[in-house]
Amino acid sequence: MTSDKAQAFVAFDRVQKSYDGEILVVKDLNLHIARGEFLTMLGPSGSGKTTCLMMLAGFETATHGDITLDGKPINNIPPHKRGIGMVFQNYALFPHMTVGENLSFPLEVRGMGKSAREEKIKRALDMVQMGDFINRRPAQLSGGQQQRIALARALVFEPELVLMDEPLGALDKQLRETLQFEITNLAHELGITTVYVTHDQTEALTMSDRVAVFDDGRIQQLAAPDTLYEEPENSFVAQFIGENNTLQGTVSKLNGDMCEVTLEDGSVIDALPVNVGAVGEKTQVSIRPERVEMDPTRLTEGAHTLKAEVLEFVYMGDIYRTRLRVAGIDDFIIKTRNAPDQRRLAPGESIEIGWRPQDCRALDA
Amino acid sequence: MTDAIQDGPMLAADGRPLKRSLARALRAQKMRALMLIAPLLLFILVTFIAPIVDMLFRSVENQIVSETLPRTVVALEGWDPSAPPDDAVYAALAYDFIAAAERREHTRLGSRLNYETTGISSLFRKTGRGVDDIGEDYADQFIELNEAWEDPATWTALMGSADWNTANSGDVDGAGTLFQLSVAAREAFPEASDAYRSFARTIQAEDDDSPTAEEPWNPVYMALYRDLSAGNGASYDGPMADLIAEAMPAVASFEGMSPREAFEDIDDDWLDLDVWGTIEAFSDPFTAGYFLSSVDLQLTPEGVTAQPEEQRIYLLLFWRTLFMSGVITISCILLGYPIAFLLSNLPTRSSNLLLILVLLPFWTSLLVRTSAWKVLLQQQGVINDILVWIGLVADDSRLALINNQTGTIIAMTHILLPFMILPMFSVMKTIPPSYVRAAKSLGATNFTAFRRVYFPQSIPGIGAGCILVFILAIGYYITPELVGGRTGTFISNRIAYHISSSLNWGLAAALGSILLAVVLVLYWLYDRIVGIDNVKLG
Repeated sequence: MTSDKAQAFVAFDRVQKSYDGEILVVKDLNLHIARGEFLTMLGPSGSGKTTCLMMLAGFETATHGDITLDGKPINNIPPHKRGIGMVFQNYALFPHMTVGENLSFPLEVRGMGKSAREEKIKRALDMVQMGDFINRRPAQLSGGQQQRIALARALVFEPELVLMDEPLGALDKQLRETLQFEITNLAHELGITTVYVTHDQTEALTMSDRVAVFDDGRIQQLAAPDTLYEEPENSFVAQFIGENNTLQGTVSKLNGDMCEVTLEDGSVIDALPVNVGAVGEKTQVSIRPERVEMDPTRLTEGAHTLKAEVLEFVYMGDIYRTRLRVAGIDDFIIKTRNAPDQRRLAPGESIEIGWRPQDCRALDA
Repeated sequence: MTDAIQDGPMLAADGRPLKRSLARALRAQKMRALMLIAPLLLFILVTFIAPIVDMLFRSVENQIVSETLPRTVVALEGWDPSAPPDDAVYAALAYDFIAAAERREHTRLGSRLNYETTGISSLFRKTGRGVDDIGEDYADQFIELNEAWEDPATWTALMGSADWNTANSGDVDGAGTLFQLSVAAREAFPEASDAYRSFARTIQAEDDDSPTAEEPWNPVYMALYRDLSAGNGASYDGPMADLIAEAMPAVASFEGMSPREAFEDIDDDWLDLDVWGTIEAFSDPFTAGYFLSSVDLQLTPEGVTAQPEEQRIYLLLFWRTLFMSGVITISCILLGYPIAFLLSNLPTRSSNLLLILVLLPFWTSLLVRTSAWKVLLQQQGVINDILVWIGLVADDSRLALINNQTGTIIAMTHILLPFMILPMFSVMKTIPPSYVRAAKSLGATNFTAFRRVYFPQSIPGIGAGCILVFILAIGYYITPELVGGRTGTFISNRIAYHISSSLNWGLAAALGSILLAVVLVLYWLYDRIVGIDNVKLG
């Protein structure tokens, strides 16, 4: 689901943000979000993703550039007039109000009548399966229940855009997974545009239509989850999303969509040139642990292979995780499926490994 | 599982009830906790609780009348308040009074009763000087009848028990053993024996003299006269029976003032019904009199009545204390809330600096700060000078900012402000900014977000500040004393006056008790309305 500037629902246009006048927290942000899209801003802490969200919500002003919502610039519109629903990391449910009063609040400030309010509150609570909790206070609810109420409150006034700032950060893993699923479903059912901020890459991959990976105040890559995982455009994204093996080397041969990289110990491997310019350039080669083959017969004819020594074997249930010494580095990981015919490697064993060239990406050094 | 179907109390593994096992296990812990607080507890008990209880007890205690005038109090029972009491009461008063005068206690009682009826203090002092002479005319006539009556030995033989006389015969150093009345004398001469014993024991205790060496007081002669003329002792056959037999027929011809005439002779105020009414009203060992005075009522023989108009001050003072404390509390909220709000929203560095400024007054003596206000607020003071200089106030109509309620309110608001700011600040500090953000994102304007989301959550801080400031204000003393003048003083100033100047500790204790009760009632009300759980200091 891509979009261009003309039909974008939310658009950041050359936005910059600085708090102290010396350091730019957000550097030249350009981002277009389509109506109905679920977009996740993913990045380590301090990467500028929350600042972007706060600028969109209106709690921070952009130092430079325009933010438009449905075609209208919103830089000078105060937060309460933006009509954007927001879910906070600590839920921010008003502790002195009941669940019903919390949900009633956005409707009351919009001057809605009592009966209309009650109907909407009921619908919103049913939506998150919390209809029985209308008279409870937030303190009487568990974390997951509070988050459901916070979600209902952000949706009850039917905003077209909902922002979520690490909403599941404080929950345990199982509950988080359930809620991830519920939130995505709800967002798609209601057709609302969602901007979701998280530092959890699994969350980003499972929930989003598109993920914007933030680092150092810039979007490093903006793509759908599968593209992001399988075709990272630079070494930061490759490192940040999922587990990855990296090998340092120099481009020694470059022909069209294939290249050969000479590693530091002199061995040569095949790779897909993604982010390299010319022969002789330094590069960082990235390969996913599950794409490494231990059976040379399954590789294409003439493919380069590497000698590897097994250092450690970890049984993880559904998969085996094996640590190897490859080309002088000790932390080369391979993952193999726990299938009936799968070999269990023993430490000290010498094997030969290889991969399909298109799974091995030569990125910026 | 057998546990699940077991009836009755849960049992521990050894079969004892679980509750008891638990209590045993926790006992050592409780003992240790008690030991830890024991020194402080003891200290507080001795230096704080006990004196307060004693002080509160003084507000109802009134043993001074019944202890100083025991016979009078008994004789007054059944007195008809419409006329002065009869001679028996005056006689009893004479015996009590001379003993009290000898012990120099009559002035103390005089001042105590003077709180209730003015003039009694001087009446008592005057009577103390003249009470010696009551009965002198009878004494002279007894001695004229027989010189033996002048001899102390006659009296000790007549009145003292045989054992006592044996023990104290011959030369006795000092007071000798405690005087004991003979049974025969007590039965024969109820009034005279009582008066004599009082004489004997008083001089033993006060002057370290033995009754064997001292002629009795004149009122003792009057007592004997009254006994004999009433026919008591007709069948007396103990020691000195012959003297009695001689005196018995003679007393009929004795002439002298009746006890009432004797007192009238000292001061005709002794015929005043008010004086007797006061003595009677305060003759109980416990009295509500102090409490009645505290609320501008008084105890009269006719019952509880209002104080005379010009003496009603305490209700006004209580009301003023409550009213001004309320005004001060509200001023503190109005001035303190924005500051606490600012402090809690600033970055830590600057808020710490400002907090130090808030706390700065605590490092200066209260007296110094109050005196500074005197300099600032007086008519020729800094504030008036500035107002005159900028032309807001004419030079001849400078504002009266001190020695009135305004002065007290200004100075006390300033002094108590930190007590309001600190609890509000610590509560506001705990309100996450995300609440207000959430409210705004939900469509609330700044004001609505404040009113409906921020303010309700800051109420516990306001509550804590209010309790603190109000209770401190209600008992404030130094500042109203210094800047309050006549109209800006509190009830505590009156209490201090009664403690240190008028020495009417009973009234001070009663006023203090009422103040304490008012504070407790307000605290209870506050708990009912706001809920004490809602009070947070951070």
